[in-house]
Amino acid sequence: MSFDDIKLLLTNKFGESVITGEERTGMQPALLIDPDRIAEVCLELRDNPKTYFDFLSCLTGVDYGIDSGRFGVVYHLSSIPYHLQLTLKVSKENNRNEEELPSFPSVTSVYRTADWHEREAYDLIGIFFEGHPDLRRILLPDDWEGYPLRKDYKTAEYYKGIKID
Amino acid sequence: MSTITISKYNEALDRYNKKIADASVEDMVLNMGPQHPSTHGVLRLELITDGEIVKEVIPHIGYLHRCFEKHAESLTYQQTIPFTDRMDYLASMNNSHAWVMGVERMLGIDKDIPKRIEYIRVLVCELNRIASHLIAIGTYGIDIGAFTPFLWCFTDREHIMGMLEWASGSRMLYNYIWVGGLFYDLPVGFEERCREFVDYFKPKMVELNQLLTNNQIFISRTANVGVLPLDVAINYGCSGPVLRGSGLKYDLRRIDNYSAYPELDFDIPVGKGEMGTVGDCWDRYKVRVDEIDQSLKMIEQCLDRLQKELKRTPEFDPRAKLPRKITPKAQDYYMRAEGAKGELGFYFIADGRSEVPFRAKARGPSFNNLSVLPAISKNVMIADLIAIVGSIDFVLGEVDR
Repeated sequence: MSFDDIKLLLTNKFGESVITGEERTGMQPALLIDPDRIAEVCLELRDNPKTYFDFLSCLTGVDYGIDSGRFGVVYHLSSIPYHLQLTLKVSKENNRNEEELPSFPSVTSVYRTADWHEREAYDLIGIFFEGHPDLRRILLPDDWEGYPLRKDYKTAEYYKGIKID
Repeated sequence: MSTITISKYNEALDRYNKKIADASVEDMVLNMGPQHPSTHGVLRLELITDGEIVKEVIPHIGYLHRCFEKHAESLTYQQTIPFTDRMDYLASMNNSHAWVMGVERMLGIDKDIPKRIEYIRVLVCELNRIASHLIAIGTYGIDIGAFTPFLWCFTDREHIMGMLEWASGSRMLYNYIWVGGLFYDLPVGFEERCREFVDYFKPKMVELNQLLTNNQIFISRTANVGVLPLDVAINYGCSGPVLRGSGLKYDLRRIDNYSAYPELDFDIPVGKGEMGTVGDCWDRYKVRVDEIDQSLKMIEQCLDRLQKELKRTPEFDPRAKLPRKITPKAQDYYMRAEGAKGELGFYFIADGRSEVPFRAKARGPSFNNLSVLPAISKNVMIADLIAIVGSIDFVLGEVDR
């Protein structure tokens, strides 16, 4: 199944609006998906007998920079039966206010791999995943302030009143 | 100090705190780790126990977090290689190999790497894989209560450490594989010494199998324990020996055919349920033992070629193809390779202007393999939990990055 076949399969199933764009410049082409429908798209790709993308290789949260003001999540799917790879991307604009984190649907119900990966994206980039069963910080302590992999992150000068040298 | 009081973002933490508080009433909450000999590093497992039965396991990780991704986003591609070494510190060569291949592909120079360099890379990677599996086997023996195999494995691993130190200058964290080449060519006499090691080591594996693999006490402790069904393994993103232990022939060295692997002949061992059920602890252990044999086979083939048609010549320079400046054009690329523990992935976003990646994400195999632990250790005995933890064989350096 080629990249175009997969695209056609998705538009036939969900309509044109589910794919908001595509990137073909690099070695690995990517489909840009409507953020609200990413979970159903993943479910369809996993269970469709023509694709069987049953393995989520990697899930990455991305801060696209202060100028663009966008946050995104990149999904690397892999199909064990067909030896295929596919990249899906979702992104949203956000004003970087820490009380309104960018929010995407969780794909934990489709791939359990996403559980810890989404916790990591929440922990380090500050992306919220709706419907995640246990969205706590994973690598940093629970009382950590800020999201270190954001491009505007400033290293803290104090930790609980103790000066950091 | 800002206090975020939005309940939505703290809901999960409140739920978790309440769960632990509730569990403490009826059951006992037991902390295994972060300082515990059988958690293989600084991992804390919070157990909710009813007597000897583990009702639930909650892993807490991050004690060894060293900000790999943050470092990678502020250093050049070449400067990050020593940091990749520190991820899975038991198999450093495999980590830098994956990172370097990813960068080379983005630069478009992956086809120009001389054959001799590719073979040396595969040779050192497979040596390192054996060293990593020896630790897994030896420490697993200790977890179960067999002390001797541990000493045997570490003695044999020491030979590999010695060889790799001779080649690269350091014992564990090598920084040997560089973008476009190698730090140095192999020292003169390395191939002969390596062949001597292979000849010495083969009978040692037979001995080890007699002592541990087919030991009835060991089998009783590991067979039918911690059975990981294949669909669960795939859904949780398990890879490497953990996935193959569940019976699936899936090895990226064969599927992606990178580096010199397509020219090498080797089998992919899988778990067959010889002693119990497919996907139990014994199967995962056995896959590692069999992989050592396959790695030895690959090393011999590499040595054959390195001593014959790809022989060392005085004018051969392993740094000849090193790019002066590494600025890949704007793109993103996900590189995956088979590390010692499973699918090791690096995701790069290059902006096309700078020598520093815009975003670099590391997908450690241990991170995903460990996440399956709560699923397969429901209602097991505490002693069996030790057996399950050991059979997953994770390295905390890679879990926490």
